[in-house]
Amino acid sequence: MKQQLILKVNGEEHEVFAEPSKLLRDVLREDLDLMGTKEGCQDGYCGACTDLIDGKAVKSCLVLARQARGKEVTTIEGIANNGRLGPVQQAFVDHFAVQCGFCTPGMILSATALLSENPSPTEMEVKRALIGNLCRCTGYAKIVEAVLAAARIVREGDNPRHD
Amino acid sequence: MRGFQYFEPETLSAACSLLAKYKGEAKVIAGGQSLLSMLKNRLLAPDYVVNIKGLSGLEYIKERPSGIAVGALTIHRAIETSPVVGARYPLLVEMEHRLAAVQVRNWGTIGGNLCHADPAADPPPCLLALNAIVKLKSRSGTRSLPLEQFFKDYLESVLAPDELMVEIFIPNLPARAGTAFIKESVRANDMAVASAAAVVIPNGKGAKEVRIGLGAAGPTPLRARKAEKTLVGRCLEDAAIEEAAAIAAEEASPTTDMHGSDSFKRQLLQVVVRNALKEAGQRAQVGRAR
Repeated sequence: MKQQLILKVNGEEHEVFAEPSKLLRDVLREDLDLMGTKEGCQDGYCGACTDLIDGKAVKSCLVLARQARGKEVTTIEGIANNGRLGPVQQAFVDHFAVQCGFCTPGMILSATALLSENPSPTEMEVKRALIGNLCRCTGYAKIVEAVLAAARIVREGDNPRHD
Repeated sequence: MRGFQYFEPETLSAACSLLAKYKGEAKVIAGGQSLLSMLKNRLLAPDYVVNIKGLSGLEYIKERPSGIAVGALTIHRAIETSPVVGARYPLLVEMEHRLAAVQVRNWGTIGGNLCHADPAADPPPCLLALNAIVKLKSRSGTRSLPLEQFFKDYLESVLAPDELMVEIFIPNLPARAGTAFIKESVRANDMAVASAAAVVIPNGKGAKEVRIGLGAAGPTPLRARKAEKTLVGRCLEDAAIEEAAAIAAEEASPTTDMHGSDSFKRQLLQVVVRNALKEAGQRAQVGRAR
């Protein structure tokens, strides 16, 4: 039976009516129309459904939507600020770290969580943080370059291309 | 996934009451990193699901005189980044680095991992080698038992339908003990095809005590007791390690699956045991110098 559920997503509270068995990913996509969270493998391997809960990366296909009550959920739609891309998003564009784009939202959220914990990651730390995000197009080199570049930009506190 | 009635008890005793009421018809969800896969693939279809992820008071790492106590709802990431765990049980940090991906470690709990009783999971071989003790609670009381007695069969434990795991206790290790965890998997974030944890407690130039935990080595995680015995009192040189690794592989009973045949897995177990013993022996300074 559908039950009321209040979730805070990208800073706004939403009320939906959903079965208790509904996954966070499916509430985001089907009830809130936030299609940036992708459905890939269904089983927690691919990381295309990665979102943030209280700033930490999780696989939203392995979280019941009800378990996210009272927490801050961030999806890729919440990363840009007033139409301006976030530093990790901009770095993905600048470094051609996108081909088909399916894994990109998850990659960007994993990288965003990494940089908030560790503003100066080594290449190995970036690779470790992205172990749970599979990309079937680019071979990861551009993605790792983009995350390292985003880290530099965040550290320096400006983004000259867009100021 | 089949629908279910969902409960979110606010206290541990309320959770225990629900489990007693729906005995056998209810499944407990904590982080759900294993359970949700089972539900989606319809390997399980419970009528009731009891969410304990939000229960307070079961997420902690406490230092005690005789060891550390870890609350069953402690997430993997908290163990991985705990300075206390890092200083006293580097084996657990080494293991957590290899456990799935950070997204899973951010949400999944140590108690949930153990209660899922997957023989290929990473914590069991390490916690077996650390002689961990688990505390189980139901409405009728609390019992503690060695983790080695907790696993019963493939994905089965001795946990009664109305019981919850509440704590994992890890006894102190002697100061000079060396430990290591070695895991072979297909991709970095996959489950083990073979894994081994070794604890080597030195005495002079030899080993006073050796403990070997095996993962993906049969229906349950297990200790390679015969292999451990062959190393007592000996220096962990290549010949001694080879002999023990071969015995450990014989103690295992891996099954053929998509990752390989039983004989391939037995060989792989021999390799991970050998490497874990070498590394732990060097760290305990009873192996050959590098």
